[in-house]
Amino acid sequence: MIFMLLLPLLSIAQAIQPLPFRDHAEELRFQHLSAELRCPMCQNETLADSNAPIAHDLRRQIFEMMQAGRSDAEIKAYLVDRYSDFVLYKPPVEPKTWLLWFGPLIVLALGGLVVAIQVRRRARQNPVGNMPANDTEDDW
Amino acid sequence: MSRLMPLFVFLALCGLFGFGIWWNTQHDQHEIVSPLIDKPAPDFLLPELGQPMSMVGKASLLGKPYFLNVFGSWCIECVHEHPVLSGEVKSLGLRLVGLNYKDEPSDAMNWLREHGNPFDLVITDRDGRAGIDFGVYGAPETFLIDGKGVIRYKHVGPITPEVVDREFRPALAALSKEGG
Repeated sequence: MIFMLLLPLLSIAQAIQPLPFRDHAEELRFQHLSAELRCPMCQNETLADSNAPIAHDLRRQIFEMMQAGRSDAEIKAYLVDRYSDFVLYKPPVEPKTWLLWFGPLIVLALGGLVVAIQVRRRARQNPVGNMPANDTEDDW
Repeated sequence: MSRLMPLFVFLALCGLFGFGIWWNTQHDQHEIVSPLIDKPAPDFLLPELGQPMSMVGKASLLGKPYFLNVFGSWCIECVHEHPVLSGEVKSLGLRLVGLNYKDEPSDAMNWLREHGNPFDLVITDRDGRAGIDFGVYGAPETFLIDGKGVIRYKHVGPITPEVVDREFRPALAALSKEGG
């Protein structure tokens, strides 16, 4: 029974071939980097998680570039040159992505504005000390 | 008036989400627009299928435009696009170069024997390194490379007769317009 439960884990361990890291720090750097990059084939998996052949190849490529002394930025640029910004989970801030980056802030600001206007209007309608006795009607 | 506000907000949200659904149906969610379009094709030097001693490089293919079709004997969609490759694509009159991607040469040769060989030349990328340089993330993929070695167009996924009419022909027309 326990063996049955462990079976899927076993197949995962076999599918992801271990890379010969020099030390633990290098392995951590690799894991961090491959978790920030998106697998081009499987769309919503990181390169670290994906089992697709292309993800395997790209992990190998990242590993070899790390061994060759390339920086994280260089490795990312290498992948973006070939697979576009799609591979970055954190897209760069540029005019094309302004809405993506700052859109939520704009929505928040608009919401704040609406609340502020409402509060002010109510304060004007019901000055302090002159609250109507029966305020059950919720006026939007 | 202000009582109707929630309704307006609701309708605005419906519009937004409806637009999102419409937008997603208009675009292939699986396709990554290649950053390599209108850039020189990456350099490669790969052995010919069946003749491992004969190396084919980017330089030796310059001069005339050609299609580079990424395929593999393991690739199911490649079987589906194969008749279109030997039919509609072949009749466009361009050289057809096969890039046998992540495949065993013997499997690839058997596959071509079984289905027929539409290619003028087949080069092999066994470990997929040239594929990475081309931004390949699966097979089939097809590139149109002009006489100067610049990638002009890329199609991801199996080629259908509609794709040939809707995309390949205009891409070729653009090429011949500038005398390429």
